[in-house]
Formats: sequence, C-alpha cells, structure tokens
Amino acid sequence: MLRYDSSGKPFIIIRDQDQKERLTGSEARKANILAAMTVANLMKTSIGPLGMDKILVDQDGEVTATNDGATILKNMQVENPIAKLLVELSQGQDDEIGDGTTSVVVLAGALLEESLSLLEKGIHPSKISEGYEKACDIAVKHLISICDKIEFDKENCGSLIKAAKTSLGSKIVNQYTDKIAKISVEAVLAVADLERKDVRFDLIKLEGKTGGTLGETELIDGIIIPKNFSHPQMPKQIKNAKIAILTCPFEPPKPKTGHKLDIDSVKKYKELLEIEQNYFKEMTDLVKKSGATLVLCQWGFDDEANHLLLQKELPSVRWVSGTDIELIAIATGARIVPRFSELTEKKLGKAGMVTEKSIGTTDEKMIVIEKCSNTKTVTILVKGGNKMVVEEGKRSIHDALCVTRNLIKDNRIVYGGGAAEISCSVAVNKASKEIKGIEQYSIRAFSEALLSVPIALASNSGLNSLEAVSEIQLKQMKDKKPFLGIDCLSKGTDNMKEQNVFDTLRGKIQQFLLATQMAKMILKIDDIIRPTGQY
Amino acid sequence: MSEAYQPARILNQGSTQEKAEGARLSNFVGAIALSDLISTTLGPKGMDKILQSPSNLLDSTITNDGATILSSIQISNPAAKILIEISKVQDDEIGDGTTSVVVLAGELLKEAEKLIHKRIHPQTIIKGFRLAKNIALKKLKEIAQDHSENEEDLKKYLKKIAMTIFSTKILTPYKSIFADLAVESILRLKGSTNLESIQILKKTGGLLKESYIEEGFVLDKKLGVGQPKRIENAKILVANTSMDYDKIKIFGSRVVVNSSSKLAEIEEEEKKKMLRKCQKIVDHGINVFINRQLIYNLPEQFFTDHGVVSIEHADFAGIERLSLVTGGEIVSTFDHPELVTLGTAKVIEEIMIGEDKLIRFSGCKEPSACTIILRGSSKQILDEAERSLHDGLAVLSQMVKNPKTVLGAGCTEIIMAQAIEEAAKETSGKIQIAMEAFARALTRIPIIIANNAGYDAEQLVSELKTSHYKGNTTFGVDVMNGKVCDVQELGIIESFLVKKGMLLKASEATEMILRVDHIMYSAPRQRGMN
Repeated sequence: MLRYDSSGKPFIIIRDQDQKERLTGSEARKANILAAMTVANLMKTSIGPLGMDKILVDQDGEVTATNDGATILKNMQVENPIAKLLVELSQGQDDEIGDGTTSVVVLAGALLEESLSLLEKGIHPSKISEGYEKACDIAVKHLISICDKIEFDKENCGSLIKAAKTSLGSKIVNQYTDKIAKISVEAVLAVADLERKDVRFDLIKLEGKTGGTLGETELIDGIIIPKNFSHPQMPKQIKNAKIAILTCPFEPPKPKTGHKLDIDSVKKYKELLEIEQNYFKEMTDLVKKSGATLVLCQWGFDDEANHLLLQKELPSVRWVSGTDIELIAIATGARIVPRFSELTEKKLGKAGMVTEKSIGTTDEKMIVIEKCSNTKTVTILVKGGNKMVVEEGKRSIHDALCVTRNLIKDNRIVYGGGAAEISCSVAVNKASKEIKGIEQYSIRAFSEALLSVPIALASNSGLNSLEAVSEIQLKQMKDKKPFLGIDCLSKGTDNMKEQNVFDTLRGKIQQFLLATQMAKMILKIDDIIRPTGQY
Repeated sequence: MSEAYQPARILNQGSTQEKAEGARLSNFVGAIALSDLISTTLGPKGMDKILQSPSNLLDSTITNDGATILSSIQISNPAAKILIEISKVQDDEIGDGTTSVVVLAGELLKEAEKLIHKRIHPQTIIKGFRLAKNIALKKLKEIAQDHSENEEDLKKYLKKIAMTIFSTKILTPYKSIFADLAVESILRLKGSTNLESIQILKKTGGLLKESYIEEGFVLDKKLGVGQPKRIENAKILVANTSMDYDKIKIFGSRVVVNSSSKLAEIEEEEKKKMLRKCQKIVDHGINVFINRQLIYNLPEQFFTDHGVVSIEHADFAGIERLSLVTGGEIVSTFDHPELVTLGTAKVIEEIMIGEDKLIRFSGCKEPSACTIILRGSSKQILDEAERSLHDGLAVLSQMVKNPKTVLGAGCTEIIMAQAIEEAAKETSGKIQIAMEAFARALTRIPIIIANNAGYDAEQLVSELKTSHYKGNTTFGVDVMNGKVCDVQELGIIESFLVKKGMLLKASEATEMILRVDHIMYSAPRQRGMN
C-alpha cells in the first residue's frame, strides 16, 4: 500500500503483496486447520499403553526419547503460528493437570477436522463455535453424571495406585508400573494434607541417576543433594544433625559499593592482616556458638575457612543450589540465614541422619538428609540404564504424581480406555437431536470428534479401530454402562472397571474445555499476514 | 488458493523429521552399524582400533576398550547415541563389558528388524523381549556362584576374574602378573569402591611385565632444593595454603605508597608475614611439609634451614591420597598446632624410576591407598594398559561388594539362551517368536567371539549348544585352541554384575529404540552467529 507525502515521495504502509504473504477468509481458516491437524496426527501414535515414542534431536544433537505429549511439543521447533498455539495448549494441560497432554491436542485437532466439513457446507465459523460451546457443556455435564468416586486414606491407597498405573501404562516405565506407581503414591501421600486436600508438590524432589535399571528406582524419606562435604576428612555420617543454612560465603565480605582500600604504611598492612584473620575466626566461631553440627552454604568457602570448619568439627557442604536450600529449610525447619551474626540456635534445622554416599566406580557422591524434623519431604531417586531412560522416567513419574495429586484434591474419576469419550459422544449425539437450527450440525460434529481419542487408542493397539469403537458404542447404548472401553492390552474384557483403568474427572473436563477453547480460537482467525523472504 | 491445500509446514526451517518405517530404518541402521563397528574388538582375539583426534593428528590412541572407542567417535544418529550412552553408563557403574553391552543391543535390534519385516508390531516384540530378559535374568541369578564366605576362596576367584578381563586386553601375555597386581591393590581398599585411592603411575621405558605395585605410596613430585633425600620417621603436615605470595583477601585492598622506602618497608612486612606463617608451620613439630600449591624460594629456604623437607604443588588428588595414606588432615590454617592431626611415615625417600625422580612414602599408617607403577615401551601402550587395568580394578572393586561369579567363554550366554528357548515353547502367539529372537541374539555373542578368533564360529557354537543339551552346562568355547571344553577347568570366570549389567542395559536400550516411530531433528545451531 503506497501513500505520497507532501513532497511527492512515496512511502509504504503495508508492503506489496509480492513481498508479503497474506491469506484471508476461508483460505486462512483452511490453512490453519490443516496445520493443526498435522500436529494432531503427529501425536496420535503416542496415545495409549501401546503408543509409540518419539526421538527428538535438539539443536546441539542431544537426544530425547519420550512419550509425553507436552515434552514432544515443547522440544519440537515449530514456526507455524497455529502449531505454536497447540504447543501452548498442551503446555496448559501440563501445568494445570500434568497428564493427558497428548489427548488434548488430538481432540483439538479432531474438532478442527470436523469443522472443515461444516465450513464446506457453508456454516459460519461463529455458528460452529457456538455449537461446540454448547456441546462441550453437555459433555462436561455428562461426565459429571457418569463419574465414580474412589475412596482412600493414608493406609488404604490401592485405588490411587491403580490410577497412577493408568498414567504410567503408556510410558517406557510400564514394565515396572507396580513398583513405580506405588512409589509415586507414597511420595504424594507423604506430603499430602488429606484434610485440606492439599498436596505440597515442592516437597517432592525428583533426582535422576544413571546406573541400574528403572526397576531400582527408590523412594527416599528425605532429601538428596548431589554434593559432597567440603573437606575430605569431615565425617561421612552425622546423627541428629543440627543444620545451619547460610546464604553468605565463608569469605571476607565484598561490599556492593565500589571502594578502594589503600595500604600506605606497615601499620595499616598489619591491621588489615589482623582483620582478615579475624573474619574467618569470627565466622566459624559464630556458627559453632549457635550449636550447629552441619553447615549448608549456598556459596563457596575460602581454604582457610574450610580448614577452620574442619578443626571446629563442623561438617559443611558448599555450593548447595538455591532450590535445594529452600527444600531443606522447609524439611528441617531451619531458617535461611543471610548473615553470620544472625545465626541463633532457634534458626537451626534438625535431621535424624545425614550421610555422604558414593556411587559406582566414579568419584560421584551425594549427600542424603533423612528423618527431617519438620514436614515430610521425600525424594524419588530415578535410576536407569542410560541418561535418556532416566529423563523419561522422571517425566513419567511426574505425570503419575500429578494424577495422584488431582485425585486427592478431587476423588471423582471417569473410566479410561476411551470409555468416557465414547459415553460423552453418545450423550452429545443424543442431545443434538433436541436442538434446533444449524447448531445441531456442529454439536453432532463435536460428538464425532470425541471419538478421535478412542479411535487412535484402538488403532495404536493394533485393533480394527473403527469397528472396535462402534462396537463399544453399541454396547454402551444397549447396556447403559459408561465404563466400557477399548481393551488395548487384549485382557479379554472391555469393562474398564474390572481392568482398573481410570482417569481423573478434573483432567478429562480440563481436556474438553481446553480443546474446545482452542478450536474456537483457531476458527475465529480469518487473516494471516506474514512477511516472506524472512524464511 | 494455492497454499491452503498444500501440506502445512509446521517445523522450523532446517528441521527435518523421519516417520514410521523411515524412522525405524534410520534407528536400526545407525545402531547396527555402530555395534558392527565395535564387535570386532570383542573377545580375547578381538582387534584394536586407532582413534585419531580431529584437532591433533599426531595424537592417536590405540585401544580395545569399548567405552573409549565409543566416546571418541562423533555420531549424529540418535539410536547410535543411545548405545554410546549405555556403554558409558556400564563403564561408570561396573567398568567392564562396555563392548558386549553394545554388541548385544545391536544383535537384539538386528533380530527385531527381521521380526518387523515379518509384520510383527514393535510393541509385541518388546513384550517378548521383556519376558525373555526376565527369564534370562532369573537363570543368571540361579547359576551365579556366591563366594562371600571364604576369604581365601574369594581371592582366588578375584584373580581368575581379573585374568579373564585382562585376557581380552593388551595385558594378555602378562595377565597373571597384572591380575595379582589388581587383586592386591583392591584388597587393600578394604571394600571401598573409590578407585581414586589406587594411583596408577605411567613411566615409559622398560617392559609391561616389569610393572609392579609399590609398597607404600609414590608421589610424582620432587623434594625441595638442598633438602635431604631420605627422611626417617617422618611427621608430615599436609596443607592446602598459598606459599607463593599471600595477599590479604579483603576486597578492594591495594598498596599505594609515595616513596620507595615505604615500599621497601611494606615488602619487608610481607616477607615477615610469610616467615611468620612458616614459623607456625614449623612449630607443628614436623619434618615434612607437603603443600597443594606452589612454594616459593623464600619459604622453601626457611624450611630447609629449619630441617623441614618441603614438597610443593602436589595436586588435589595427590593431596587427598596423601592424607588418606599418612593419616594426616589437610590443613589450611596454622594457629592451633594442638588440634592438627599429623601424618606419619616410616621412610620418605627419593627414588628413581627410569629417568624420573619420584618420592616414595613407605611404612604409612593406613596402607589403604597404593600405587601401581606401569612400565611400557610407548605412551600408547601405557595408556592402553592403564585403561585395561582400570577396567579390571573397577570390576574387582564391585566384586568385593557383591562376590558372585558366572562362567565366561560364552557358557553363560548359552545357558540363558537355552532357558529362554525352553520357556518360549510354552508361550503361544507372536511373543514366542520374539523370545526366540532374543535367545538367538544372546547366542550371537559367543559366535562373534569365536569369529574374531578366526574359527568356524557357527560350527563351534552349535557344538557348544549340543554339549549343553547333553547336560554339560559348564562348557564354553576355548578360543585359544578352537575347541569346546569345560570352562570351569579353564578357570574362565566373569563377574555376575558385568553380565547382569550387560543384559539389563542392552534390553532397556533396545526397548527404547523399538518404541520410537518418529524422529524429529532440530535445525543445527548456527555457528558463529554471536
């Protein structure tokens, strides 16, 4: 677009069409929908217990192998704006719920795919949106009506373990689901406040370590920090430790204001020397006086200070990371002390046992803090034969932890294996017939889209997907049993109640809501402007 | 209209992806190529490889060690990277079996590829492999012999294991000597797995078989100038403090003077400060002072005058070992001599090995650390000998903790394979085929070992299988003579942990690679952008 200024020179408002790609109206919509479908199709093969993994090679050639939707999308380098939206969508589900990150993308893709044919019928996108909105309402209400409650308490957590197992079933850890599900549930229960239905997630630490197999993953009642004691001759084990947590270095202070200290005579030189020596003594004396038997410091130590600590029998650890410091402070009831002078006995934390352990043939060490006084804090130490397995194990356990947490917050569940989706699809389809107008079409389309997840599930399991899904649909309608689903593992029953496959209600609702929202948003776009030549 | 119907491009410019069959093919090709590359180094008659560093063509390494070879080759294939990673972990955790773990994973993938061509779903293969792995592991545990009870026995077995390990390395001709060296030094550790306390000193010159374990501890440093070369009943202070110039560690301080006389005064004061520190050190009542950092001439002179021998610049590892050996603590402040534990040694003396002067500490308090002196005619030989020795030491140190052994020479693999085949007969469905494939992959290991030795491998291994079926379950392949014979008699024994690590890691990696149906490559980071 050109305009001319007062002297007649042209200037450009929007660059010419040949410089700029622009898609409008239905073209834009179709391009967007296609992009979204491409991403969704990519993710489809990861769904379910027999879903496949993806390898992602990052910019530096590092390899990640994963089954987690959010991780795949996050590490894929997408440039398409719509694909980016889907990445955000999966991220949103991950942040809120932690599980079901793949299904939400597949569902959004299916909703958009269905809308494609509606658009071709000439239905206005905003009408489609409205229909989706209504259908989503119906589906959520239906979900609530078919949900079950599970009961559990601290001793009796079998049902929680079953839920965690469903989440772990699709990951590489599924060989050891029994053990890892149990660990995850125990970890969550250890930090959970069942009365307030609150789980303090920050008290669970996931630490990875190569060596051994995933089956050797263990739950440690305490905290592990990948550090060693600052002096090789400090004791390797401290019982009933009183812990001082410091965020100031064992070094002479470095004031933040710029200054220079000029030494121009021997006297001054001597004075300064004395001050320096005293600093170290004062520091260690203050720590000793407070009654601490273990010092954890966020910063480094001067050699001299380090030796003084050894001499005063104060085992200490340096360069402890900020997050670890906070965690230990919570667990042991210690206060984080920023200055030596403020250290008092009250501010010390307590732990029953602190040990330094070495692992394998290399000189790697870690410090285990157990029997912390205050709150329960637990660490899950994930082991595995290689780095990639350990990382994937950590991600899978994180998902299982999230599921357990969600169940503690809200103990309502729906059945998995596609049962909930199929049941909702049937309900939405039925409801659509009572609605007047064009919306009926889009509501029906929604019910079709809901089937995308069970279809993907069935096809990944090597079943004749459409046949299997329609069979379940029929059965559900006939028997009025909303807990019939796809029998992915050929266990011989499609009763998900018996197979103990279930998801959280919260997670499912969230999936429906987020996917619908995303579909509506993408449908609303009717113009894409992007400069060319840049790519 | 045109763009709307073209498949949308989702990924960044330069990013690529491989899907389904393509991805699987690329994984198989990469992993199998890697395992084929390294399979020739397997076994007592395996060959070595020369590794040349890309930056310095003169700097080459000759080795037989799987982990070393794999960590030196640069690879972009993701599946091959996973294999390199398992080999590295096996090295860190157990120390040996770094080649076999990769070869087994490669063979498993080869079998899996065939099954996929037969239209068996990867997940089914994984299921079968898992079952097979569990059976193999159970069998492995069953046949493992525990030697924890009898100490004398343990020592004998340790030696045998060390001999088995060294027989695949450059040390073969002298494996008995080195096995003794390794067992001796491991037993000194008294159950600790910290191999840092075993120091390996490499000195060119002489022959490999002239290597020996030094009674006491050897430090590759020199004594101060003009100091006695032999000290008896040494009292040692091990320190980590600056003895070059000791500046005041207060931020922002600097010396500003307006006349040269003042400068001289301050210099004098600095000197005094250093001498005061030296005096404090001497006041500990020591006759040997060892510092991690440099010692300048002035303090060295002071120590010589006061009859204290000083050793400078002993590095971190050296200092820690020294404090371990002599029992002294590492000191950085010197105000409280009464609180400091001094180290002791009966004799400290300067010795010559080849052309180099070294310091030997003998008659120390804690003989848990020791020094092995390796001799050899070239740097490459010494490096390879060190790697082999390290492998042996690592396995032995783990063995002391978990003294279980299994038979080597392909015997264990055949037993496991046959256990799987037995179980497969009772399993119906496609899983059976996958289990049989797993057993075949296990059998491939003795085949490769025999192949590398230049025998008719298939013939030998089938003979071996027959003898196992006949009940001679201790038989294996004798690659020295190309015959099937009783391994128990030959004394070829391997660590249970090595075999277990190999089995578990290889199957875990295989499973991981089989599960993949899509590879996405990011655009390589642009170099030189910033």
